Amino acid sequence: MQESWIFIGVFLLIAGIFPATPIILQSVILGPKKSNPVKNSTYECGIETFGDTWVQFKVQYYIFTLVFVVFDVGMMFLFPFAVAYGQVPAFMLVAVVGFLGIICGGLIYVWRKGALRWV
Amino acid sequence: MTGLQITFLVVAAAILASAVLVVTARNLVHAALWLIATLFGMAILFVLLQAGFLAAVQVVVYIGAIAILIIFAIMLTRRVMQDTGPQTNSQWWLGGLLAAALLAAIAYTLFRVDQQGAFPLANVPIPDSSLAELGKALVSPDFYMIPLVVIGVLLAVGMVGSIAIARDEREKE
Amino acid sequence: MEFLSNPIGVIRDWLAGLLSGFLPPDAVSLVLVILGALVVGALGLTTPLFLIWYERRLIGRMQDRVGPNRVGPEGLFQTVADALKLLSKEDITPIGADKIVYNLAPIMAVVSVLTMWAVIPLAVNIVGTDLNIGVLYIVSVGSLGTLAIMLGGWASNNKYALLGAFRTVAQLVCYEVPMILALIVPVLLASSVGVANPMSMQEVVAAQSGAWHEWFLFKAPIAFLIFFIASVAETGRAPFDLLEAESEIVAGFNIEYSGMKFGMFFVAEFLHAFTVGALVATLFLGGWSGPFVEQAPLLGVVYFILKAFAAYFLIILMRAALPRIRIDHMLDLNWKFLVPIMLAAIVAIAVTDKALPRATVGPLWNAVALFAANLVVAVIAVNWTSAAARQMRQADESRNPPGAAPAASADHGHDAPAPAASHAAH
Repeated sequence: MQESWIFIGVFLLIAGIFPATPIILQSVILGPKKSNPVKNSTYECGIETFGDTWVQFKVQYYIFTLVFVVFDVGMMFLFPFAVAYGQVPAFMLVAVVGFLGIICGGLIYVWRKGALRWV
Repeated sequence: MTGLQITFLVVAAAILASAVLVVTARNLVHAALWLIATLFGMAILFVLLQAGFLAAVQVVVYIGAIAILIIFAIMLTRRVMQDTGPQTNSQWWLGGLLAAALLAAIAYTLFRVDQQGAFPLANVPIPDSSLAELGKALVSPDFYMIPLVVIGVLLAVGMVGSIAIARDEREKE
Repeated sequence: MEFLSNPIGVIRDWLAGLLSGFLPPDAVSLVLVILGALVVGALGLTTPLFLIWYERRLIGRMQDRVGPNRVGPEGLFQTVADALKLLSKEDITPIGADKIVYNLAPIMAVVSVLTMWAVIPLAVNIVGTDLNIGVLYIVSVGSLGTLAIMLGGWASNNKYALLGAFRTVAQLVCYEVPMILALIVPVLLASSVGVANPMSMQEVVAAQSGAWHEWFLFKAPIAFLIFFIASVAETGRAPFDLLEAESEIVAGFNIEYSGMKFGMFFVAEFLHAFTVGALVATLFLGGWSGPFVEQAPLLGVVYFILKAFAAYFLIILMRAALPRIRIDHMLDLNWKFLVPIMLAAIVAIAVTDKALPRATVGPLWNAVALFAANLVVAVIAVNWTSAAARQMRQADESRNPPGAAPAASADHGHDAPAPAASHAAH
């Protein structure tokens, strides 16, 4: 198994080098280098920028991410179960159904509270 | 030295370096990026321990979810492009003390392993089907069936709690 | 004949024999690994040159125009010309951008997509590496793509790019939930078929290679559909192109990008779309399996590519046919439709498969039962949703009778009420 992970490691490196090559090629060798302040200014939407880049965002975005984190952790427990599925007796499904049901209950609570509504 | 040892040393050094950078970087998003590097290094350590599943879970949960949550919280609350606040507050010495105590405890444990063999580090072969074993144990009443359901409750409570804290009650119509 | 049945193995053995003359065995295997990774990576990164042409031509047809047809036969070299043009552009990093993060983001975007190809099997013996946790590996590298887009949007020092980054969180992160839930189903079904290591991509395909009814498309159509929808949302293409909605937030996270850095985001997007096709083909359409594939394994590559392009065609069709989804609808579709259905479908599939196992009722009836279970879940879900939608519509109408001024809900579609940003737009 270590061999596949060596391949993955090498592949990660190569997958980084491949896209980096044309970018470096363009910026160092091929592209012209005649910069000036106007060219380098932020484009934004086409007119001159003003004010801060930072603007106040809604907390709603954060709630969705929090719910996502909970689901993400929960789903990681389902993968070992799915791998073992063929070998476990049927009555043990109760554990997983209960697990999913409880998480689903949490989702329904969030739903009923109206936190999933985009306002 | 084998290739495994060299890899471990390089990765461990990288983890330590990026962990130091997490607390010293002045820009908060950069600190979060170094945190991601640290977490990724931990994933590589899991791979070196032949725990591929845990490595993938580390990347999915910590980098894919929690790091994004952190970056997101930073973007939501701080004027990150400009913000470079002080690195320490008045309680820095307390934190240093705690870190030193933790280090001492870990070092003590490691020395005990070395001297008395308190935790025998046997060369246990890792079965190919370790993941299936884990899955069977998770749903089996003899092992972790109840803990699994308790984890479900914990996650649901986490979801409810996050809503209770993050949601603005006044918004309700 | 040996070469035709296992070309990669033959080449590898030949190279190993060649190299072992002057290298230690460890170095030989490392060189082979590097060569293999280079080949897979180069294939992965040159495919978009063709994909972009293919998609532009198809979109052209669908929109009743010709599409690029001048450079080379049928315009085949158009993308090459575009790439050369991008290479000759000046490299610009806008003032105020975070230099390192800004330059890192496009590379990360490509890495997150390209690395998926390490585990996608093209044929029974042609695969980068058959990782034992392949399915979860796909999820884990996929989550890096979200990070790349987020960082690209943040580092540009641009209000609209930041808005794009925030929408990324809302969209890519949320759609990861139904995607991962749907990915559990192929693992579960492969485990029920009885392969040794159901999370490896190669064995997921092997579990489907028995007969046509073994395809997970027929055993779990709901998981297939939801995986397809959620993955298309993950690519951030129309109808889910909220993160780069040109008409709303200029171009989203990649406004400030130009030259090859923009090109890399572009490549990542097109390759991601095709990768989704390849994943759908592998996980639900039986991958390389097909008639006569035992006798001639190379035929598997043809089947795989045909299936992947069929799925890719559907993705392009979706892009051409559907308008952009509104952000509140996008979130509702995810949390109030896809996630609950997928949770119900997992339970339904797991219970049905245990109730009517292959061992007692035979593979065909097992597949029929699973299909019926999926159908029941789908019918209930659709009925229930349409009833709920009708109720909502009636409640809406009683509150604002038709003919009155448009309801206040008209501005649901807006993003954060970013005061500075909306000023700048005026």
